[in-house]
Amino acid sequence: MSKYMVNLKINNTPIQVEEGTTILEAAKLLNFRIPTLCNHPDLSVAGNCRVCVVEVKGARLLAASCATPVSEGMEVNTNSEKVRIARKHVIELLLSEHNVDCTKCFKNGHCELQELASEYRFGDHIFIDLVKDRDKVRDISSPSISRDASKCIRCQRCVRTCDELQSVSALAVVNKGDHQYITTFLNKPLNDVVCTNCGQCINRCPTGALYERNYIEDVWQAIYDPNKFVVVETAPATRVALGEDLGIETGVRVTGKMVSALRKIGFNKVLDTDFTADLTIMEEGTELLTRLKKALVDKDETVKLPLMTSCSPGWVKYQEHMYPELIDNLSSCKSPQQMFGALAKTYYADKINIKAENMVVVSIMPCTAKKFECNRPEMRDSGFKDVDYVLTTRELAMMIKQAGIEFDKLEDESYDSILGESTGAGVIFGTTGGVMEAALRTAYEIITGNEVPFTNLNIKPVRGMEGVKEASIKIKNTKPEWNFLEGVELNVAVAHGLANAKQLMDAVKSGKSNYHFIEVMGCPGGCIGGGGQPIPTSAEIRKRRAEAIYAEDMGKTIRKSHENPEVIEVYKEYLSQPLGHKSHELLHTHYKVRKRY
Amino acid sequence: MDQKPLKKIDIIFGWDERCTPIQVVEKTIKKTPENIILDMIDSGLKGRGGAGFPTGLKWKFTRNEESEVKYVICNADEGEPGTFKDREILDKVPEKIFAGMTICGYVIGAREGYIYVRGEYNFMLKTLQQKIDIFNQQLHDMKVDFHVYLRSGSGAYVCGEESALFESMEGKRGEPRNKPPYPTVAGYNNKPTVINNVETLVYTSEICRMGPEQFKALGTNDSRGSKVFSVSGDTPIAGIYELELGMPLRDFVDEFGDGDTKAIQVGGASGHCVPRKKFNDTIIGFEGIPTGGSMMIFNSSRSMYNVLHDYLEFFTEESCGQCTPCRIGCQQLLKGIEAVKKGERPPTYLDDLKRLTATMKIAAKCGLGQSVANPFTSIVDNFREEIIY
Repeated sequence: MSKYMVNLKINNTPIQVEEGTTILEAAKLLNFRIPTLCNHPDLSVAGNCRVCVVEVKGARLLAASCATPVSEGMEVNTNSEKVRIARKHVIELLLSEHNVDCTKCFKNGHCELQELASEYRFGDHIFIDLVKDRDKVRDISSPSISRDASKCIRCQRCVRTCDELQSVSALAVVNKGDHQYITTFLNKPLNDVVCTNCGQCINRCPTGALYERNYIEDVWQAIYDPNKFVVVETAPATRVALGEDLGIETGVRVTGKMVSALRKIGFNKVLDTDFTADLTIMEEGTELLTRLKKALVDKDETVKLPLMTSCSPGWVKYQEHMYPELIDNLSSCKSPQQMFGALAKTYYADKINIKAENMVVVSIMPCTAKKFECNRPEMRDSGFKDVDYVLTTRELAMMIKQAGIEFDKLEDESYDSILGESTGAGVIFGTTGGVMEAALRTAYEIITGNEVPFTNLNIKPVRGMEGVKEASIKIKNTKPEWNFLEGVELNVAVAHGLANAKQLMDAVKSGKSNYHFIEVMGCPGGCIGGGGQPIPTSAEIRKRRAEAIYAEDMGKTIRKSHENPEVIEVYKEYLSQPLGHKSHELLHTHYKVRKRY
Repeated sequence: MDQKPLKKIDIIFGWDERCTPIQVVEKTIKKTPENIILDMIDSGLKGRGGAGFPTGLKWKFTRNEESEVKYVICNADEGEPGTFKDREILDKVPEKIFAGMTICGYVIGAREGYIYVRGEYNFMLKTLQQKIDIFNQQLHDMKVDFHVYLRSGSGAYVCGEESALFESMEGKRGEPRNKPPYPTVAGYNNKPTVINNVETLVYTSEICRMGPEQFKALGTNDSRGSKVFSVSGDTPIAGIYELELGMPLRDFVDEFGDGDTKAIQVGGASGHCVPRKKFNDTIIGFEGIPTGGSMMIFNSSRSMYNVLHDYLEFFTEESCGQCTPCRIGCQQLLKGIEAVKKGERPPTYLDDLKRLTATMKIAAKCGLGQSVANPFTSIVDNFREEIIY
């Protein structure tokens, strides 16, 4: 459908744009930057901070440029006297309501309000400080997300994120006027509400009101402790985003530099969660085939299909709260992070002759929910806390800076072995559709002995940023032991972002879907868009990170999990077989029905 | 200047036995919608809620929108401090409101009309519903495809702002929306909607009853017709009065004042404060000071600091809180005059605050935040010494 074109002038520069374009978007096309705070490319328009106001000729009021569509003949001034005064007032007002302890703030240097304040340099701040001491209380109840209401500027980006992208609504606006603020249900601690710990609110909070519970000091303590053997694992999505916080362009892979930096920081062994991603495929793929066999051959009606992935702890907690009736559909596989911890403190500790009690496992994750996950009481199958500390990609960048490492000058290094080798299939866990693709690459080959029928193993239908993706693969020429699957159309679906997952779950609940296997990642874009990734985020940034992930996959010689030589070795030496006794003990878990409030 | 002497009128509460509201409906819907719109435009009727948008145009714009579903909404969220006239209309002549809504529905092509009554008027709901049921039955008997419904607010002042009212009706937080789109395009449930004040709707049915000529014979060029005023404060005869528009404030004070009138707050807390020295050259009407009907009279025993302080406390509490200029601006104004009073800030700080209100007036999201400048500047400018000392 062709749209009408609208002619207007911004700062006397004529421009023609499509009808429906906002003034803000049109100004961007002309390289006029209009500051914004409540606006975010992933969210609906709020128009409530008013920092983006502009003057439209002939109008009595200034227009919020984020919320005002252009119209024919409009003449906009983005920097008139009225605009400048109003903008200064708005920023100053926000500062008067804001706990301005910038130097002590976790978001120092990453705060959009601070940036505006430094642009305008309010030497003689005129307004009265409205922050009361009693407001300066932090909610650190959650192992994942900390909240400091005294830093909140009520832009409601977190509220919209939690509602629109995640369908969780753990955060909401209460009261009005000077009593208006953002809070949880009945002001409960964040750890006691439906919050899934996904951290998407952190990614979109313009100030220090929301930030990850950080464990940097604990990790430094462990590294400095001569009695501790500190092992670090890195998630797939960290290597395509870490650079953004260290002055490197978006979408550039920094795997080798990251490994090098981790060694320089002082970790005793630098290992890879990608390895356990491959291991997850072995376990989860086998689980899928087992469930299919039970359903199709044994006609066991208690077996739950579709099988749903369980790698994303935000998604898992969402399911526990919102669809407890479907928790048996979740794969019993632990996430790669937790499989790693359990193996590290058993098999690996034995192998390198370190006492498990002296081992500290640190994981570098694009995720805040992983911090909660490692603290789940179930996650102690090694006899110890399987994973001790989880750091976000952002926290790792901070550690690298603190250690005085010039990241961009580092030489590439390789992971230690064993538990350091991975395949392309493990890498693509980092983006939406990746687990599905990896699982299909392996499962199809187990069943038929042939590679999946897609060019270069690239299963395109499950890739990309569409909210819900579906695919069907017809299974042909099965091996004799799998002949019950001959001719079966394997139906799969992939969702990323919990609002999209909700759509899928409602379809499953209604009984109208015919899926066998569903992958859900809690965050938009999957782990590359995780709540622990560098800020800012946008569809464009996520797209570039995803491209980097697929490039990493293409660059690997081995691209199927079951061909990972270290995975083969671990089964041979220790686990014996997928879903075997040891696996059950260390690599699988169970879930808990949680209430919504 | 075009002006009229004070004159009491009896249109709103008058009752014509030969042409009751339902009969007005019956008579009017024999005309074409276009002709009714022309009558409305011809009458010069402007919205009586305070903003003064021409009613005929509002109906015309909504009629011109293509949509299967449209709505008529009567804004009875009468929350402005000092106004209580809608309550009287709802109590005494609600049938005239229903008639105005029905006619509007006929004109724009709506089958549903809602009356949004402020939460504090819940005691009326039962009787009102009974009267609505009778009226709906009459419409049904006349085969008029229109139904009136009743909705209750929950007590937030901001819900009188039309888009916040829609949000509230939709079950959300009562917060004003971004404009455009305007209600005529996307109002309640994002459908084209006419939202009119209680009094406006009564006038529309009265204009249909008596014809536009009789209405426009009253008032001035810019302010046609009459208006219902809620008179309160230092007056021996507080109450509700329908007066011709366009009178000088002097006439009003002579009629209602107690002989010692120092100032009048015209248009409620969000209106303007007029001091004694300006009574002679202030016209009550759209060319002078428009008003939703609230007239608060203050005599010399009143402290204008206290008056302003009360208003600011009110706005600080009643701001919906979503936009920065209003939420924080109101708090700064309140704290600011307190600081000046206590000597913690110099008197010139009032000028900083006035500049802030200038920003609020053009940068706040809705009429609430935009109008705080009215009482602030008019009181500070005229009674500066009372604020400082």
